[in-house]
Amino acid sequence: MAFTTTTTTTPQNLTTFTSSSHKLTPSHSLTFPTHPTQTLTSRAISTSISTSTRIHTLSTTRATSSPSSSTTSAETTFHGLCYVVGDNIDTDQIIPAEYLTLVPSKPDEYQKLGSYALIGLPSSYATRFVEPGELKTKYTVIIAGSNFGCGSSREHAPVALGASGTAAVVAESYARIFFRNSVATGEVYPLESEGRLCEECRTGDVVTIEMKESKLINHTTGKEYVLKAIGDAGPVIEAGGIFAYARKTGMIPSR
Amino acid sequence: MASSSSFLAPSSTSILHSKKDLGLSAFTSTSSISSQRCQKTGFRRICCSVAAPQQSQRQPSTTGSVKTAMTMTEKILARASEKPYLTPGDNVWVNVDILMTHDVCGPGSIGIFKKEFGNDAKVWDREKLVIIPDHYIFTADERANRNVDILRDFCHEQNIKYFYDIKDLSNFKANPDYKGVCHIALAQEGHCRPGEVLLGTDSHTCTAGAFGQFATGIGNTDAGFVLGTGKLLLKVPPTLRFVMDGEMPNYLLAKDLILQIIGEITMAGATYKSMEFVGTTVESLNMEERMTLCNMVVEAGGKNGVVPADSTTFKYLEGKTSLPYQPVYSDEQARFLSEYRFDVSKLEPLVAKPHSPDNRALARECKDVKIDRVYIGSCTGGKTEDFMAAAKLFLASGKQVKVPTFLVPATQKVWMDLYSIPVPGAGGKTCSQIFEEAGCDTPASPSCGACLGGPKDTYARLNEPQVCVSTTNRNFPGRMGHKEGQIYLASPYTAAASALTGYVTDPREFLQ
Repeated sequence: MAFTTTTTTTPQNLTTFTSSSHKLTPSHSLTFPTHPTQTLTSRAISTSISTSTRIHTLSTTRATSSPSSSTTSAETTFHGLCYVVGDNIDTDQIIPAEYLTLVPSKPDEYQKLGSYALIGLPSSYATRFVEPGELKTKYTVIIAGSNFGCGSSREHAPVALGASGTAAVVAESYARIFFRNSVATGEVYPLESEGRLCEECRTGDVVTIEMKESKLINHTTGKEYVLKAIGDAGPVIEAGGIFAYARKTGMIPSR
Repeated sequence: MASSSSFLAPSSTSILHSKKDLGLSAFTSTSSISSQRCQKTGFRRICCSVAAPQQSQRQPSTTGSVKTAMTMTEKILARASEKPYLTPGDNVWVNVDILMTHDVCGPGSIGIFKKEFGNDAKVWDREKLVIIPDHYIFTADERANRNVDILRDFCHEQNIKYFYDIKDLSNFKANPDYKGVCHIALAQEGHCRPGEVLLGTDSHTCTAGAFGQFATGIGNTDAGFVLGTGKLLLKVPPTLRFVMDGEMPNYLLAKDLILQIIGEITMAGATYKSMEFVGTTVESLNMEERMTLCNMVVEAGGKNGVVPADSTTFKYLEGKTSLPYQPVYSDEQARFLSEYRFDVSKLEPLVAKPHSPDNRALARECKDVKIDRVYIGSCTGGKTEDFMAAAKLFLASGKQVKVPTFLVPATQKVWMDLYSIPVPGAGGKTCSQIFEEAGCDTPASPSCGACLGGPKDTYARLNEPQVCVSTTNRNFPGRMGHKEGQIYLASPYTAAASALTGYVTDPREFLQ
């Protein structure tokens, strides 16, 4: 019997999740479809994205983050300026610890986190990711080297990036907790490049990411690059994170 | 026992990329890289060998024993997911035995829990959640203080059994429930048990692997999910095995061992993998030293670290936990991605130079680095054993420190130990007395302190671009506060030795 490299198994003995308008019984749990893999691999692209499960609307972050960036309503294309960083950009650089008193689930503090995104980068990064005094970034895409997001498990890291208005990170590789948190929150697409785009692109280059074709086009240099397909993580991020995805696919009841 | 490394194609195979052949034909390419690294750092002998056995790849179905053999991590996750057998790469729903959160990530996790499960929702099990304020405690920062209040309100509402509260910030001793650093508190309060699954909203949750359990860090959203359901979807990691044999030299500590390993495999060398620590040296370590070893697994990108439970573990747990536990052990035939062997007697005290935990160097080769301060604290280097070690070195030298030396005990219990336990060979003196005589700062209120900088008024925060030798776990730019601060990670011995000279110093200068 061949071993599959990924299998998803379902919990046993589940009872139906009760709706949030009633008091939940202590032993509430989840229902799962019998073959969740079938649901996960179907890539129905939803044009209307539920905003009730997200603190901010996707259109605010992705489409209006700056005059020079735009997205389609199906989130298959990101277009705008890119910001280039190096290897091993750790969570202390993405969001320094002194800002961790901000609670991401509170809307006003969520916005503040966005304004501090990548503020921990050393001064050798002369061009800052978020201009001093601004709340949002003008960069749609971050291009990075290897091991992006290493360090802490703080979810504030992908949240700060998402709150800043950036749509995606394209890195050579990721640290696992950061990758997992990006998918779970749906805040930012953690895309992987083939090779070191951080050496090919410069901050301020105009880029387009075509999700369906898994490629990045650098309009400033005229070059195109293949990206690794995001796979099953894509629909989760598109839905707005694991909870939103679970509701959308019927894993847990809608609210 | 070790597997052919083609078993899985790990994405982080940076150590396989070098093409240099050092004429070590008996080893795989992984081993020639690590030998090369040893040579790079000035070792005359090869102190580390990496082996992938020369056996041919067996199809799993051909032998019954291979089919069911699992590593410790695989076994723990198999039991937690109620499956008889798992292989790396499997995604499984795991029952969580303990979920821990603290003041930095707790409020966010609670916010998500309430939003997703409803304002009136109850946590899945009021006895399996342990809430430990520890990060930003002794500060005037209003939001930080508010975050502890948020935890308290939630614990009252949910009737959470284990909440180590603090209300009087001016005097930590006036708070009988307050513990301090979460990972140390978990161990001291008996929440770490062999064979269990412990998740926490902190990357150093991997510390608990020292007890032979699966322990890893998760974000707020995953934690919110666990709060509601008591389960999480996890992918089973393959295991890297680290075999450490030989008698531990008296100038080495577990911190040196893990810095050695991280320097060997790099900061992404264990990404998505489990790190298993075995061998006679590991068996000789006490629980706190094992915790130091597992603590920095995440600095190599590791998912979790494990040390097999033994009599040392069981003895530590006596009187701390009343819950039954079932240790598990890797099978003889279990498959490992790679196996690394270390002859500990050949290792030397190390530092990790700025600005990365894998920037390994011999302490003695950094003796010209002038330093401005020393910090002894955190889950990595602020436990009782860590302070004992520093005290032993100060005692051996009989001299005074030349730079400000900050001491931040991890928990209330550690603080009390500093003032009550006599240091061996000190004629009855306690750590605190030795520290005072050496001119160190008075041991501070127990918390995470300046390990991660924190609010601007945090004790011992690096507010200037100074050079600091620290027993903590990370030295990225800005980690302890100032972006241009230079942090040298080191063992408590090396930190104490450096404090005495004002330069990065090999502890053998004082210990014979």
